[in-house]
Amino acid sequence: MKAYLTRRYMFSASHRLHSDEMSPEENVATYGKCNNPYGHGHNYALEVTVSGQVDQSTGMVCNLADLDGFVHQHVVERFHLRNLNTLSEFQQAVPTTEALCQVLYDILQRGFRAAHLEKIRIEETMMNSFEYSGREERIR
Amino acid sequence: MVYLTRKAEFAASHYYHNPAFSAEENQRIFGKCNNPNGHGHNYTLEVTVKGEVDPRSGFVVDLKQLKEILNREVLDAMDHRFLNKEVPEFSTRIPTTENLAIAIWQRLAPKLKAAQLHRVRVYETPDLFVDFYGEA
Repeated sequence: MKAYLTRRYMFSASHRLHSDEMSPEENVATYGKCNNPYGHGHNYALEVTVSGQVDQSTGMVCNLADLDGFVHQHVVERFHLRNLNTLSEFQQAVPTTEALCQVLYDILQRGFRAAHLEKIRIEETMMNSFEYSGREERIR
Repeated sequence: MVYLTRKAEFAASHYYHNPAFSAEENQRIFGKCNNPNGHGHNYTLEVTVKGEVDPRSGFVVDLKQLKEILNREVLDAMDHRFLNKEVPEFSTRIPTTENLAIAIWQRLAPKLKAAQLHRVRVYETPDLFVDFYGEA
């Protein structure tokens, strides 16, 4: 039987929203306080949802130790207590949480093999969150 | 179609062990969860049902009835129990969060009349939950 397993991780990072393609005025109009040149930070919560048949010999969709190990190595250790603007992924792209969703989804999609990646969800603050499943259609 | 979610909490203990595996395999796959004395969690259960709104009552389902079904079928059987030893499903299945969501679905689905079961979500901790939609 198919089940969906979701695990939640925390990391903190700083960023500045600024596009080189916009004038200074346009940047301020678009990004407001987030355009502050010194940046600011968030405590991000990342939820990773994987799916698959429940293996009856283990009762699991995938071993949580494998998922935790992957996310710690490839996400938490790379993004926690970092300035997102300094990372290779954000040299061309503005580090909005939309863009962060796509970056983290791609990391998991490319590297995590133990179960099917269903979607990820990132809370930037308690008041806003973003979901990405690599697809056009609505996430359930 | 409207979706309605009811929440419930229960506390239970469990451990993970497959008698078909060697002691070493059990330890390697299940780690600390393999301790035969068990350990416990405060589980949160979210049951989502769906249906059309009854024009007379304005309800998808009578919440009081849904609560009674949850209490009888799930909480009475699982709250403050050792899942491996006291809940029949887990004499043959390992009481992981995945199997718990499936077992709760199988207990509830036949008992719900007015509304259709849509999703069972079981939180083992605030950082880990499983969704089951009745899919094969």
